[in-house]
Amino acid sequence: MERNNYIYILIMALVSYAIRSLPMTLIRKQIKSRFLQSFLYYVPYVTLAVMTFPAIVEATSSPVAGAAALVVGILAAWFGLGLFPVAVICCTVVFLLELFLI
Amino acid sequence: MSTNTGSVPSYSLRRAENRNIFVKGMRDGIPIGLGYFAVSFSLGIAAGNAGLNPFQSFLVSLLCTASAGEYAGFTVIAAGSAYLEIALITFIANARYLLMSCALSQRVKPGTSLIHRFGLAYTITDEVFAISIARPDYLNPNYSYGAMLVATPCWSIGTALGCLAGNLMPARLVSAFSVALFGMFLAVIIPPAKKDKLIAGLIVICFLASAAAAYLPLTSSLSGGTRTIFLTLLIAGGAALLFPRDSETSGQA
Repeated sequence: MERNNYIYILIMALVSYAIRSLPMTLIRKQIKSRFLQSFLYYVPYVTLAVMTFPAIVEATSSPVAGAAALVVGILAAWFGLGLFPVAVICCTVVFLLELFLI
Repeated sequence: MSTNTGSVPSYSLRRAENRNIFVKGMRDGIPIGLGYFAVSFSLGIAAGNAGLNPFQSFLVSLLCTASAGEYAGFTVIAAGSAYLEIALITFIANARYLLMSCALSQRVKPGTSLIHRFGLAYTITDEVFAISIARPDYLNPNYSYGAMLVATPCWSIGTALGCLAGNLMPARLVSAFSVALFGMFLAVIIPPAKKDKLIAGLIVICFLASAAAAYLPLTSSLSGGTRTIFLTLLIAGGAALLFPRDSETSGQA
């Protein structure tokens, strides 16, 4: 079935905004459940990790370059580099390696 | 009910102090906007690959202002999956904003109008939330608005340009730029992993489980989005059951 991009976009926008606005407007309370709090605390790390690997290896023309970007990116972030520098370093690693690999 | 009308805050930009705070927010939004621009460019390439045109990718970024949430959505659009799936994965990938919104609502002065609460809700992105919550005392919404006014155009235009350039740039550059987004994800998850062994262990488990799910015969036929939803529920749910956190320490991600 052919689906409409604008409906996809509308759903994304509505869900994204509902998540941000409901606690701010209606709930106005802290979440009490310890399980729910813990779950919400872990979710971003888990989602981002799951979406990063193996996708990073599949995003590049050469899987080896993608794997190298993963390792270098982890090291760069581990040693305290911020969001923008880590992103730039990952791109550079892929670009340089693929000059040789492809 | 108290008759203390002075407790209802006025955030009108007709007042000089509010204008000053707005400008301060804009200034603090500049470095955020620059970082956004580079990452959203990478996001735009993903949007283009998913079949969105530059205007549509601009629209997504303007309306959703979320890196992981948008990227997750693009994987669903690329697969042409069900509308319910994009709703679910958008919820999962953005669930952290629920926590941030709760945290930020504690910093809004009681009596603040609903309009400003809805306005502030739009400013909840990882970075703008971080600088907003770091403000002393009650949060003046104009600060967050100023930051968003600078950061959001960078984010949205960057996405549109990435989408546009993805088709025009040499394959070499597209390949290199496409990892910027993942670099940003790493910059978000690795520093906490350094401080907390549990997070580090979780990330290793996630990498292994995600790779296994992507290549094993039974699960590899599922879409990437569905796999992300299931793995997140499973791993984050398991971690919350086995290692519940004290409410004090579970603030922001």
